[in-house]
Amino acid sequence: MQADHKAPLLEFKAVNTYYGDLHVLKDVNYTIGRGEIVSLLGGNACGKSTTMKTIMGVVRPVRGTVIFDGQPIEKLATSERVKRGIAPVLEARRLFPRMTVFENLEMGAYTQPRGPQFNEDLERVYSLFPRVKERRNQISGTLSGGEQQMVAIGRALMARPRLICMDEPSMGLSPLYVEQVFDIIQEINRQGTTIFMVEQNAAMALSIAHRAYVLQTGKVVLSGTAAELRENPAIKEAYLGELQVPAAA
Amino acid sequence: MTAVDVYLQQAINGLSLGAMYSLLALGFTLVYGILELINFSHFNVFMVGSFIGLGMLELFGVMPNGAALTGFALVGVLLATFAVTMLGSGVLGVLIERVALRPLRNIRGPASMITTIGVSYVLFNVILLSVGADAKNFPSPLPSVSFAIGGAVLRLREILIWVISLGLMGGLTYFVQFTKMGKAMRATAQDPEAARMMGVEVDRVIITAFFLGSALAGAGGLMFGLYYNITSYVIGFQAGLRAFTAAVLGGIGNVPGAMLGGIIIGLIEAFASYGFTAFGEHWLGAKWADVIVFSILVLVLVFKPAGLLGRLAPNKS
Repeated sequence: MQADHKAPLLEFKAVNTYYGDLHVLKDVNYTIGRGEIVSLLGGNACGKSTTMKTIMGVVRPVRGTVIFDGQPIEKLATSERVKRGIAPVLEARRLFPRMTVFENLEMGAYTQPRGPQFNEDLERVYSLFPRVKERRNQISGTLSGGEQQMVAIGRALMARPRLICMDEPSMGLSPLYVEQVFDIIQEINRQGTTIFMVEQNAAMALSIAHRAYVLQTGKVVLSGTAAELRENPAIKEAYLGELQVPAAA
Repeated sequence: MTAVDVYLQQAINGLSLGAMYSLLALGFTLVYGILELINFSHFNVFMVGSFIGLGMLELFGVMPNGAALTGFALVGVLLATFAVTMLGSGVLGVLIERVALRPLRNIRGPASMITTIGVSYVLFNVILLSVGADAKNFPSPLPSVSFAIGGAVLRLREILIWVISLGLMGGLTYFVQFTKMGKAMRATAQDPEAARMMGVEVDRVIITAFFLGSALAGAGGLMFGLYYNITSYVIGFQAGLRAFTAAVLGGIGNVPGAMLGGIIIGLIEAFASYGFTAFGEHWLGAKWADVIVFSILVLVLVFKPAGLLGRLAPNKS
């Protein structure tokens, strides 16, 4: 699991984004190494979701560079980024609610050719999430929140991503599902996919992440390994709450 | 004719009108589903379609009151005329999107909708100035074959309209349900941003929706000509408004809803046009058809704003 941190998969270099006049990300730098789980922590409206949208190309930086696999991608169309291996797990799942579970998985594989590879990916998703297989013909809007999250993660895997960007994977889930989802995230990471994860649940996030960044009003104010951040007094107070600190991972 | 025969005849007429309205309503619904835009230029794409069909039939030497075609010649002429009409109308729809609507895509508010009204008038006037204001005889290559069902008459042209409409609607349903682009269209209609992040090129989806919707409208315009044996630059507004009502009745944005709505509006129009006799007097009649059709639009909007098969859009904030 030791990743080669010298050859980053994704980098933000002095990225600035705006919504109209509102300056959201301010000279932000991130480095996500191959094979890492990196978590992005921060309060509301600090730029976490904007980070995800900037990676996917839904928001374009006004200044700065986003580098994926050694090449600048900030001017590329979203579809091209997906083809190169970036897949999202969106905030609040965002499944296509009136399509079946299977059709949602097909949409995940939109940029991939149909054929043996598709079936292989499908089997992988079904083996990670037996529940998704059971529900494959159900309209996805009728699933529970936890089941929807599994479909959302499965949908991202169908794109054969090298990097999965997850926006709040634990949001709105019962504690039981949160545990399951985080186990699966670790499992996916062990199978070789790099994970960049925005998460409100800092305790859970730091328990599985290798490293983390802390974002405050659009600026990176702290970064380090997950172990360092767990011991950081400011983090303990602001994000963890003493009682929630998990036992060392 | 007995009363039963009369109503049977009106049902035949209504289903034929309804098939045309359904085809036209699908274009409103496809575009609305994806862009939440009411495309008023669609009215006159239908009208232009009927003139493309007219031009094709004249090119094939089919003349008003001329000899009807039979056998392979008839099938060939019909297929070619429908294909060219649909292709031409589809390309017209794509041009409208590309030239007039895409530059406004990211502007909020009614700018795009107002633009479609402008485009509608441009088409209206281009046809008025190029072919003149008088109604044109629409030649039909169909032999005048008809079947008697009781006292009602079922003509070949009605059978043709039903068969072609069913085929086109079946084809569209297959496309939307089972093809990759069709699924991308549904996904984009349900969550455009998420679809984009799956790698869907939304511009291509929008172009496809305009092409398909306009091609179906063109087919509808050609059927209008074959059915009434006449066309004119003014046919777009009445048919367009009724088809739009059909789309709203079925639930705008909903493909089966547009088909159902079209058939219902067609039947209502046919029955209202004939009216009924009670208390020794004849009630309603042709001049009441619009009153009834558009009253239904108002009632649907008041009591079932999402339409028969539609659902209210969740707040997309």
